[in-house]
Amino acid sequence: MEDQRTHIISALVLHKPGVLQRIAGLFTRRGFNIDSITVGTSEHADIARITIIAKGDERVLEQITKQLNKLIDVIKVRDLDPESTVKRELCLIKVHAPSEQVRSEVVQYASIFRGRIIDVSPETLTIEITGASDKIDALIDMVRSFGIKEIARTGPTAISRGTKTI
Amino acid sequence: MKGGEAIIKSLTDEGVDVVFGYPGGVLLPLYDVIYDSDLRHILVRHEQCAAHAADGYARASGKVGVCIATSGPGATNLVTGIATAYMDSSSIVALTGQVVTPLIGKDAFQEVDTLGITIPITKHNFQPMTPQELPSVIKSAFYIAGTGRKGPVVVDLPKDVQELEMEFEDDIKIDLPGYKPTTKGHPLQIKRAAELIVNSSKPVILAGGGIIASNSFSELFRLSETIVAPVTTTLLGKGSFPEDHPLSLGMLGMHGRKTANLIVDDCDCLIAVGCRFSDRTTGNVAEFARKAKIIHIDIDPAEIGKNVDVDVPIVGDAKIILENLVEEIKRIKRGERTKEWLNYVKNFKKSWIPRMSFDDVPLKPQQVIKEIWETLSEDTIVTTDVGQNQMWMAHYYTSKRPRKFISSGGLGTMGFGFPAAMGAKVAKPEEDVVAVCGDGGFLMVSQDLATVREYDIPVVICILDNRYLGMVAQWQRLFYDERLSHTHLGDVPDFVKLAESYKVNAERVEKPGQLRETLSDALKSGEPTLIDIIIDAEEILPMVPPGRGLTEMVGEYKVENENMGEDRTYNKQSQGKVGD
Repeated sequence: MEDQRTHIISALVLHKPGVLQRIAGLFTRRGFNIDSITVGTSEHADIARITIIAKGDERVLEQITKQLNKLIDVIKVRDLDPESTVKRELCLIKVHAPSEQVRSEVVQYASIFRGRIIDVSPETLTIEITGASDKIDALIDMVRSFGIKEIARTGPTAISRGTKTI
Repeated sequence: MKGGEAIIKSLTDEGVDVVFGYPGGVLLPLYDVIYDSDLRHILVRHEQCAAHAADGYARASGKVGVCIATSGPGATNLVTGIATAYMDSSSIVALTGQVVTPLIGKDAFQEVDTLGITIPITKHNFQPMTPQELPSVIKSAFYIAGTGRKGPVVVDLPKDVQELEMEFEDDIKIDLPGYKPTTKGHPLQIKRAAELIVNSSKPVILAGGGIIASNSFSELFRLSETIVAPVTTTLLGKGSFPEDHPLSLGMLGMHGRKTANLIVDDCDCLIAVGCRFSDRTTGNVAEFARKAKIIHIDIDPAEIGKNVDVDVPIVGDAKIILENLVEEIKRIKRGERTKEWLNYVKNFKKSWIPRMSFDDVPLKPQQVIKEIWETLSEDTIVTTDVGQNQMWMAHYYTSKRPRKFISSGGLGTMGFGFPAAMGAKVAKPEEDVVAVCGDGGFLMVSQDLATVREYDIPVVICILDNRYLGMVAQWQRLFYDERLSHTHLGDVPDFVKLAESYKVNAERVEKPGQLRETLSDALKSGEPTLIDIIIDAEEILPMVPPGRGLTEMVGEYKVENENMGEDRTYNKQSQGKVGD
């Protein structure tokens, strides 16, 4: 088996209806497995940036990139080099924290991971954390014992370091 | 002007003079415009035939074919034809009606998500929501369909968009920032390919449909003669190289010529041009051309390395690349080393000439194909259906010129042959057009006998009538213990009477020698004609079982010259003798 590396694919696509369906449909039809996909606006109003995290050997990744490129609404596709890429994910974690004791522990963990408390209720605390996916995993592990009510993760988005653009 | 008028004006501006269509509720505004226009509209009797006819038109002419169907069931009936064109990279534009924009998404009468359904089977699709977009959308549709790797494009037209007023500007701009097909091949890759070819001793060319799509018939011919390499083709590549040429090996693959399959297995350099290494062409890929370095030339970068690992990929238009490649080879060429290879190929071919003459009754399909090609000229356009009829034609019919052999390859669509012939005849009224169909496939589209009659489209339909779904039955005979589950079609219909009910001339052929005259008379008559040819139901075309290598053919390969058995052991001969 070839190396099943995690790849960060960044694509610029036309910001119009149906684009996501074309891309998602392509993955299903060609049997590509993806870990996450994030979509949002880019520096141009009519162009969206899509970040796809996918595992696979070089052959599979080459096919994903080429098939994406074939879509008329896709302008550019790059398999970003993880060494020279900044990758960030946003995660919201709602933790069960009914007691003073638990609350202060959760707040401490959040601050160690440079997270913030963005919502409080008598029963819960909601943490906002941004960072690499493994850092988020680590925080989730730390607060799991208190009881996690809900997690919302965006999946990573990424951009090349320095002056390089795709 | 109204949206509908803008659509027709846009089509006319693209040079469209004929469309194959079927009207419906949401297309009333468009059809009202067609009523007064110069556009020739051919009313088919089932939307699937409109798509296949547009496809046949495109393949025969090299232009973009156009079909029209209404929303809902009209659009879904087109789907098979669009998918057929997609798999075979055929340029068609399909216009579909859609419910009025305020009703989209409300499950309105005859509403279907045409865009959603056709995303995976089109090169691209559009749904203009305002009439102002129509000219640029239609221009883009034709541009996308007819350039790069060709393919079908759907334009979904809401009824109100056809009705509303718009202003048709003179200067129509298309903006497709994500669509820039590569045409010129990379010079370094061409150099590497040339080196590889010059240093090989047993080169073979595999030509696919891309040769025909890019009109590089003469460039391929020059390459083959320059490097003295035999040429085999895929199904869609048939006609890309003259099959009566000493360097032609015939078709490769599951139902390919024995010579082609064995020589590709033996070659040390395979130059594949405009093909996608489908499983029907390669057999088991692990065993495909194991001894060969592979050069793959294709306009679609996604085809490179998709099915087969290649040594030298070149992305671009085959016509330009082949031209550059020949120049480069001539520049670096050293000595004559391929004469032995040529002689070997010639001798090898001689010992594997398939036997075609049989005087049996019911007729052997080989004899039928022989009489067909003896009667037709090299300019005759033949279309095939799908199944045994198609493979017999592909295997035994000698195709000499491009765009003269039209067949549904990738999707393998039964019912393709007859409507494709109809489209081809409309595109090329000056050429004879013959559809070779099976009885099963023809019955899926027989209602369009009405169309060829009403519009006087004189195609000749040869039905290879064995009352079986022959190819499925063949697999049942070979791999399922002869358990012929649901492949017998029974005694009806009487095809002659069926044709006569549409006032289409019809003849029945049952004996050797009869077809030549019947077919020749039918072509001379200038009338649409159906010829019902009764053939042997048990004849099997030798084949490579799925998942096996190309050398592992099963079924008796009947040859012309039975006493050349010794010469057929190709490995013994070739090893150590040729090219060392």
